[in-house]
Amino acid sequence: MKITRKEFLEISGACLVTLSGKKVLAVLDSPEDEKSTPSSARKDRKQLGMIVDTRKCAKKQGCTKCIEACNRAHNIPLFQESDHQIKWIWEEPFGDIFSSYETQYLEASLKEESTPVLCNHCDNPPCVRVCPTGATWKREEDGIVMMDWHRCIGCRYCMAACPYGARSFNWVDPRSHIERLNPDFPTRTRGVVEKCTFCAELLPKGQVPACVEACPERALVFGDLNDPKSEIRQMLAKDYTLRRRAELGTGPNVYYLV
Amino acid sequence: MRDRLWIIAGLLLFLGFVTYPMWQDLVAGTSSRPPQLVLPTNEKQCVAPVTYMRTSHMKLLLDWRESVVREDNHKYVAFNGKVYDMSLTGTCLRCHDRQQFCVRCHDYAGVRNPYCWDCHLDPAQVKRSAQ
Repeated sequence: MKITRKEFLEISGACLVTLSGKKVLAVLDSPEDEKSTPSSARKDRKQLGMIVDTRKCAKKQGCTKCIEACNRAHNIPLFQESDHQIKWIWEEPFGDIFSSYETQYLEASLKEESTPVLCNHCDNPPCVRVCPTGATWKREEDGIVMMDWHRCIGCRYCMAACPYGARSFNWVDPRSHIERLNPDFPTRTRGVVEKCTFCAELLPKGQVPACVEACPERALVFGDLNDPKSEIRQMLAKDYTLRRRAELGTGPNVYYLV
Repeated sequence: MRDRLWIIAGLLLFLGFVTYPMWQDLVAGTSSRPPQLVLPTNEKQCVAPVTYMRTSHMKLLLDWRESVVREDNHKYVAFNGKVYDMSLTGTCLRCHDRQQFCVRCHDYAGVRNPYCWDCHLDPAQVKRSAQ
């Protein structure tokens, strides 16, 4: 069979159009891109989250049991210098963490009220996006923003990316600054970033995070946000809650009952 | 034959040089024999056969690390079907004494002690220092 140049080009063009058309159709047909869907929107998986009931928390003025329990459980060092401090769960004045909700009429006492803050285990965590080594990632099975200290190279990109200041850097070797060592949990070394992991080491044992366990007022409620029957969801359905800087699109999973 | 003295002196020097590690051992009172490692008494069998552990324990530990940290899988099914918790401090150090087992062998083999212990704690040592 003899084929002219013109016919050859026509057939090739037709083939190309058919092939590319098939690909376009496949993309259009496919369900929503899984990766771009936040885990809290995917009902087949867990998304662990927390409610901080600030009303209950305020009942015990000066109580820092949650912070102490976390520090003990995770071998968190104590530093006097604010630059060196390591914080997994800590206190901030209410007015600072919810500055966008503030009005000029907000009572000074409420503005100054200490409120526990921690990593928000975001749906769309900016820290994960910037980590060059994959040392921090969002766990698919339960939505925890996890850390692998073996892989952290201490570049601190994640610290710059986190809008909540939930990450701390070990400027000095922390071991000698730990009051009482817990042999069940490792310490960290100098040059590593760390943050709250929702006590990922306790969850497989059927336990709840150390802060939740330690709170005498039961002001911290922990659970699966994707389970409509969970206590946390029941509470969220009943009461109005706030999230820290949700307008940034990070999808924080720690809610504040005010 | 006028150089006999030099040749003998040179040979002696050479012999001394070659056998230096032996003399050093003798003087320092150390031995080049492998250390008699303190084996656990509470268990007869390790998580893998001894020959595998001797050559590849580092690989096993890396696999455990990946499995626990990255995949949230904490159970290890051993070659004999026994299930272990994948934990350096919880499982390995429950039987082995870090100083008497890990460190002694690493020192003898001239293998720099890995940085596991920069973060992971030896429960026995923590207990001792707390007392």
